[in-house]
Amino acid sequence: MILSPEEWSIVALSLQVSLVAVGLMLPVAFALAWLLARSRFPGKLLVDALVHLPLVVPPVVTGWLLLLLFGANGPLGRLFEQALGVSFMFRWTGAALASAIMAMPLMVRAMRLSIEGIDRRLEQAAQTLGAKPRRVFLTISLPLALPGILAGLVLGFARSIGEFGATITFVSDVPGETRTLPIAIYSALQMPGAETAVTRLAVISILLSLAALVASEALARRAGGGRTNHVL
Amino acid sequence: MSFDLEIDHRIGDRPIRLRAQAGAGLTALFGPSGAGKTSILNMVAGIVTPDWGRITVAGETLFDSSAAINLPAAQRQAGYVFQDGRLFPHMRVRANLLYGRHGDAPLSFDAIIDFLGIGHLLDRWPATLSGGEAQRVAIGRALLSGPRFLLLDEPLSSLDPARREEISTVIERMKRDLAMPILYVSHDRAEVERLADHIIPL
Repeated sequence: MILSPEEWSIVALSLQVSLVAVGLMLPVAFALAWLLARSRFPGKLLVDALVHLPLVVPPVVTGWLLLLLFGANGPLGRLFEQALGVSFMFRWTGAALASAIMAMPLMVRAMRLSIEGIDRRLEQAAQTLGAKPRRVFLTISLPLALPGILAGLVLGFARSIGEFGATITFVSDVPGETRTLPIAIYSALQMPGAETAVTRLAVISILLSLAALVASEALARRAGGGRTNHVL
Repeated sequence: MSFDLEIDHRIGDRPIRLRAQAGAGLTALFGPSGAGKTSILNMVAGIVTPDWGRITVAGETLFDSSAAINLPAAQRQAGYVFQDGRLFPHMRVRANLLYGRHGDAPLSFDAIIDFLGIGHLLDRWPATLSGGEAQRVAIGRALLSGPRFLLLDEPLSSLDPARREEISTVIERMKRDLAMPILYVSHDRAEVERLADHIIPL
């Protein structure tokens, strides 16, 4: 299957949006997962609920909330514009933000599970061997949480690549800026006689997701050394 | 004094109370399961903080609640051999042995490998080791971390009789060759009578 220039640009945009979304969300999600797995603090339940909100609320509502917060007149939107010169409206940055927020709960859940699964007694053993907290984290906790981190990345990427509702609500359908694969499929469906285009885009979308899955399995196998790890 | 322990601690509704002093050699904490033996080792290692008390090993105060001294586990230089080995599953045997490597180790890497007979295991993953092999690697890892004293938590309990004999011999040799205070936890009378210079009943 040879892609047309227009299809290429849709695929490239989708990859750009998803990779940026997952890449920027990775440290945030890991920090949240660590916090939820390891700490007790007042308001933890609230943080937990907020993290999971995008999973349970209709995506359109998430998109609308993003519009209120990060729109041109939203408080956070203005903050980003003034502090970093980043605007989100009708831009790919907005699509990435929507993807990141929608991917967050899945990423946090996967990472939290693996952090909770770390045998704390191994961390204690490392301490008795003279390792300071930073070294314990880098050499014991982080590698043992790696399968969950990879799982979070894959789930987050898959969720981002498929993201539709929040994105189209937040930043609409702008060719070249916010028209990612699912949005391109949707707009092709609106046009009469575009069945071939729809089929081609759908096949690309399936292949992309499968490739991500295979890549992550391979990564997990390498990361696991002699042991068998499965991402999902 | 090798060990000078004064500990009051409560886990749930179970109180642990210990007043004991012991001289050089191997000191056995001897008592039935559930008497808090492992908890005491954890307190000496710095993994658990006692509610009240004082822990002095070989003249150094590791913990003193009245003087607000509580040395972090990483600075206590305890060679802790856990009951379940606790080898790091994501590192090969060699990396496990070298994890806590310290210049103060009583013997060189090669000497310790030789002493414990684990040279052929260096490239293996911990999951592939037998109980006796894992226990020897755990002992090696503790010795290479340059310990000032050793804490051994029922190192024989998970082994079959042949392996018990093998590890007992290793412990006797450590006692003889390393001249390091050893605190040894066991619930087995014969084991304690064979190995211990001092017995603290619990």
